[in-house]
Amino acid sequence: MPAPLITPQRMEALKAGHQVLAEFHYEPRPVDKGYAGQTLYVNVSDNTIAAKPVDDRMKHTFTGGRGFDLWLLWNAVTGKTRWDSSENEVVISAGPIGGTTQYPGTGKSIAAAISPLTGTVVDSNVGGYFGPLLKFAGFDAIEVQGIADREVIVFVDGNAGLVQIMTAPEESVNTYELAEEMVALFGKTPEEKRGVSSVTSGVGAGHSLIGCLNLSFYDIRRQVARLKQAGRGGIGTVLRHKKVKAVVVKWVGLKGDSLHPDDLPTMQQVGAKMHREIYERDPIMFTMRYDGTNHLTKVMNDYDILPVHNFQYGAHPEAVKIYSPEFVKFFSLGIPDGCWYGCTLACAKCAEGFEIYTGPHKGERVTVDGPEYETVAGIGANCGIWDAHAVLEANFYCDTYGIDTISFGTGLAFAMECYEAGILNKQITGGLELNFGNAGAMLEVLHQIGRGEGFGVTVGQGIRRMKQIFAEQVGADPKFLQDIGMECKGLEYSEYVTKESLAQQGGYGLANKGPQHDEAWLIFMDAVNNQIPTFEDKAEALHYFPMWRTFFGLNGLCKLPWNDVEPAANRVDYKGIQAAKVPEHVQNYVDLFRAITGRTDIQTGEDLVAMSEKVYNFQRLFNLKMGYGTREHDAIPYRSVGPVTNKEYESRAERYDKQLRELAGIDPDGMTTDQKRLALRRYREDQYEKLVDAVYKRRGWNEQGIPTLQKVRELGIDYPDVVTLVEKHS
Amino acid sequence: MIRVNDRWDIPWHEGMTVGDVLAACGFTHHYVAVSINGKLVPPVPHASGGPVPHASGGPAQHTQPVADGDHIQVIHIIGGG
Repeated sequence: MPAPLITPQRMEALKAGHQVLAEFHYEPRPVDKGYAGQTLYVNVSDNTIAAKPVDDRMKHTFTGGRGFDLWLLWNAVTGKTRWDSSENEVVISAGPIGGTTQYPGTGKSIAAAISPLTGTVVDSNVGGYFGPLLKFAGFDAIEVQGIADREVIVFVDGNAGLVQIMTAPEESVNTYELAEEMVALFGKTPEEKRGVSSVTSGVGAGHSLIGCLNLSFYDIRRQVARLKQAGRGGIGTVLRHKKVKAVVVKWVGLKGDSLHPDDLPTMQQVGAKMHREIYERDPIMFTMRYDGTNHLTKVMNDYDILPVHNFQYGAHPEAVKIYSPEFVKFFSLGIPDGCWYGCTLACAKCAEGFEIYTGPHKGERVTVDGPEYETVAGIGANCGIWDAHAVLEANFYCDTYGIDTISFGTGLAFAMECYEAGILNKQITGGLELNFGNAGAMLEVLHQIGRGEGFGVTVGQGIRRMKQIFAEQVGADPKFLQDIGMECKGLEYSEYVTKESLAQQGGYGLANKGPQHDEAWLIFMDAVNNQIPTFEDKAEALHYFPMWRTFFGLNGLCKLPWNDVEPAANRVDYKGIQAAKVPEHVQNYVDLFRAITGRTDIQTGEDLVAMSEKVYNFQRLFNLKMGYGTREHDAIPYRSVGPVTNKEYESRAERYDKQLRELAGIDPDGMTTDQKRLALRRYREDQYEKLVDAVYKRRGWNEQGIPTLQKVRELGIDYPDVVTLVEKHS
Repeated sequence: MIRVNDRWDIPWHEGMTVGDVLAACGFTHHYVAVSINGKLVPPVPHASGGPVPHASGGPAQHTQPVADGDHIQVIHIIGGG
């Protein structure tokens, strides 16, 4: 049962509903040194389509990927634009390395939009074939602006040199069916199907603010359109609001030199070395090729970092029920699993013939990708659901409804704690018993989001709005809700407990888009290895790693091949933080970037970091433009910093008492739990503020967290409107 | 006493090994680089027989003896999120 069956009658019905609203013809031309040299602009309000040139300044300042997204979006919106404004865009770009077939993890797309959750720009990194195929079709990025007056599809045929906006009244909205419909409509042969990739969402994205995008890749061996998600920040909600069912690209003709790199032999050489390393090292390091990212669940549970019951705790005895082996038994292994060609790390895992127990697909056997660690930790551990089948079923429905599994898991965990704390009851939840561990209730909330009804609609608003609703309508204590509601900047936390890692508290709180781990993941380096003990050490790590990781987003890269496998000699040749940078792999990226783009000014890893620093600071200023981007928006909930309740304190009392004594200089003997908890809170909150000061200073920002004019000029992002913005806030 | 990662003190006992220290700290991660007084501990053979420089397979396989007063650094090698 590889995929939903599209009957000939269904195909005819789909086609009969198509009416071309606009067409744009262009001359297909090959990619040159990683760039197509133009971007595609589509407006579904007035049905205009145009190409925009990419000039050298745009390349040198923004590189590509997330950088191009930000620049295009910056020019499309004003400070008053809201997520549902017509001028808001969904922008997607791959970056110059994106589409490489010689090196692992080089097929990523980066999506961006003004977020319904945060009110400012959000970016999300995703696999699947869309970004690379779009580039080979002739465009480094696509902007989709406007709001259609009826449901439409945007179709890019890169071989024919044709872009169309067409009505799509008959197509499904949910991705599980829709992605297959797009493959069936636009790909006739297996090879053509492999050249089709779609960007879709689902009904849940339209009924919530936590909608994700699904980017497809056709698995020719399993004969199914598989899916990767741009989950964070509600970009799927923006796409649904535009009434765009799908953005589809078709391009057939991929070859090893399709990027037309400056230096193909070097590209091949670097890639071959890395593939050998993965084959040798992954089986004895993290077994990504076998387990996928969920190998992390056991590690996090062992080290008290796995979020349990809304981040109250970091471990649970039943966590073994959602360890990797419980999911591997659903996977069809032994078939290449990369989400782009040539990825030997191949962490994407596929469950075929997975039986669904609830909802509209009840009784069917479906194909579902995943789950990633974040999904297992968020919907599983954080909600206390120690049931692998229920987690995988939720993963399936989140994908097909177009729901971000992280925001759903963290948001539902918050609602569950509110229920257990007596803030919510069955009357308020419409009869749902939202206790931790209630898998049936979890799935019903998800289906309610899909149907746009019941308490699920409230959960789908995200934590920031739930806090407001519960305070205003239920009379809950806003301070308690603020303490336990795991969001920052309006975005739900991803799935790591940060109480014992001050650096990771900053990694989340200071992240441009909100608390997502892709900027910095410093927990072990900080809390376990103790490699960054001082504020200055932590600030240096919170400068280097977010800048370095930004490079992946600029270039269409996955971060996993950087440090989820290491050369055998890495810890012999390098010590401390240097080893954590994995210098040999950094050099691979220098070589790869130079080989593709021919940019001889890029010589070292520091040059790559400098490249990222321009975009990183530009994104911070984008937040400022949208009314955010200052210190108060980097504040984090206390649950992220320390124990909110006495029960939490007492669960790790020995640890906290020791810290009071040794770090805060307070003797806990004779103190009540209340007194100790509050003393610890004062100490830890003060530490966080000191960290923020140190990081701002290291990044060249003022004490309000705004890049200085000097910094803006140094980085070469001193565009007139940027300078005006900084001057206004200085 | 054994000082671990300049943060934790573990009581020393006769015949204590690196593996005992890891177990006492609750360090179960299979891939760690261990130094004693700044000197890297020799590799531990892996069950697969592959070329593994510093690890692995759990604390019990780290049989290097430790002396009272040693400073041990345990670097967990994990890419993470």
